[in-house]
Amino acid sequence: MENEKQVILSVRDMVKYFPIKGGLLGRTVGHVKAVDKVSFDLYEGETLGLVGESGCGKSTLGRSILEIIEPTSGTVQYRGKDVLHLKGKEKKEIKQKMQFIFQDPAASLNPRRTLEQILLEPFIIHKMLTPEERRKRVAELLEIVGLSSYYIHRYPHELSGGQKQRIGIARAIALNPDVIICDEPVSALDVSIQAQVINLLEDLQKELHLSYLFVAHDLSVVQHISDRVAVMYLGKIVEISDCDNIYSRAKHPYTISLLSAIPIADPEVEKERIILEGDVPSPANPPKGCRFHTRCFKCMDICKSEEPELIEQEPGHFIACHLYPKGEN
Amino acid sequence: MENKELNLQEKIPQTEYKKPNVFKRMWNFFFNMCRSNFLFALGAIIFTLWIIICFISPYIVPYDPLQQDMAIRFSAPSAAHWFGTDNLGRDIFSRVLAGSRISISAGVLTIILSATVGTIYGGISGFVGGVVDDVLMRLAELVISFPAIILAMTISVALGPSLYNTLLAIVIVTWPSYARVMRSMVITLRENEYVEAAKSLGASSARILFKEILPNSIGPILVLSTLDLGKNILTFATLSFLGLGSPPPTPEWGRMVSDGVKDFAYWWVSTFPGLAILTVALAANFMGDGVRDYMDPKLRKEI
Repeated sequence: MENEKQVILSVRDMVKYFPIKGGLLGRTVGHVKAVDKVSFDLYEGETLGLVGESGCGKSTLGRSILEIIEPTSGTVQYRGKDVLHLKGKEKKEIKQKMQFIFQDPAASLNPRRTLEQILLEPFIIHKMLTPEERRKRVAELLEIVGLSSYYIHRYPHELSGGQKQRIGIARAIALNPDVIICDEPVSALDVSIQAQVINLLEDLQKELHLSYLFVAHDLSVVQHISDRVAVMYLGKIVEISDCDNIYSRAKHPYTISLLSAIPIADPEVEKERIILEGDVPSPANPPKGCRFHTRCFKCMDICKSEEPELIEQEPGHFIACHLYPKGEN
Repeated sequence: MENKELNLQEKIPQTEYKKPNVFKRMWNFFFNMCRSNFLFALGAIIFTLWIIICFISPYIVPYDPLQQDMAIRFSAPSAAHWFGTDNLGRDIFSRVLAGSRISISAGVLTIILSATVGTIYGGISGFVGGVVDDVLMRLAELVISFPAIILAMTISVALGPSLYNTLLAIVIVTWPSYARVMRSMVITLRENEYVEAAKSLGASSARILFKEILPNSIGPILVLSTLDLGKNILTFATLSFLGLGSPPPTPEWGRMVSDGVKDFAYWWVSTFPGLAILTVALAANFMGDGVRDYMDPKLRKEI
């Protein structure tokens, strides 16, 4: 997508294999290929939704980018700087600019620390501001995410799920980041609270010029918040495009079947559902050729032997499928 | 953006929420424990009495615990000498009170030292993992594989019998159990999302270990320490019974028991220091059981 927007985060050939230990001596007998050569760009100020079914490697991808888990190989560039190979001070500076929001707000807050201690932590780690300023900033953060400073000396277990997630968001924006990776930030919340938190995330994006990588499995939420959407299947991105494109003119058979599963709250509408057969194959031993061919309803011979590449079919619309060979359009 | 939120907040009283300070919270915890658990209360009372005695014994002893008087050696308990006198005519009541200082502080000190060493050792072992973990844990198991009391005897004999060497020997044989508990705690806790959150903020490993993981693993360490307190006091008494500890004139319960063994007809020489050991160890065990029950939610009653 060659437009005026600037690439802020560029991920190339990201790979994360988890070794499978087995046998008497605990040797590595295989690898779970959780993320296998994933590349994408995140533009400044946009929200890139990342969807896919459970176990396809969405969360692992998000975590690998921030090195919460060590990626096996690949590069991550933040504004042209290679993040993974930086050391020391430079690395710390870049870490400030990239933050993470966790799925389970209860688990992501240390139960033994008060909210104030939790929110002061980023400033202590990065040795920023004086103690007085830090305290002021924490009060400010609480206000930004819509919590009263009344809560400041409380422990996380005294808060509701939505309030906890607000604290998680406050912690993420504390250091004025540019990029926030949201790992299913609302899937652990009630539907009514989900809407509030999503609105908060959208408001923050506008005010603080944030770019989100929004990992989720709820397709309606992704449709609502995303500018572009990437669809993942078994460790690979199969389709990336503008949000409207994906939801109205999806090309990849997997995306089409995924979208047909969105429930519509109207009993009159007759829906044609594409029900995939079988289960997701094991990521330890992914199928040869196209990874989706075992379940694809448009499977061809070539799919069983050759792996399709992610090709730009239309400007900004990337598809990895043999149905759309190179050069078409 | 905060319009709806602010409206909600107006209903909440905007008074400053005060967190009770640490001492207040400790006192509340202690008070609730005593109320709900009779044995804990009993143990706590006995133990507190002994701690008080530790501090005030120099001012309340009726006789100098080192004062010898051969004229009245082996006199039976009487109004003048409540617990009788020993083979050198020293007042046993005074010596039991004075002995509490060394015996109880030996127990407390060894617990603090071995818990600290074991916690850090096990924390590093579990946190770093891999080969480091394997090597560190095999070393700890090497110590555990010997019977504790025999190893402690061997160490303190090898280092030469003195109070500090005996304490060191006790620490050497007791720290591995803390290391093992801590290691298992760290291995479970480090997978938690709040640890990942600290990591993504860029916290150093030491900070994650001490600020995020350690406070959450203190419970089991606390239980183990209180349970071990009685055991360590007993171990120290055993070693001093065997002559390993401070040199003779210093009053020490274990050694006082052993003094009486030679002259068994004078029962009071061994009995009173023995009772002192018994009460302290029992009190410590009651407290340990109480803390353990509290930490285990399945055993926890309304508190």
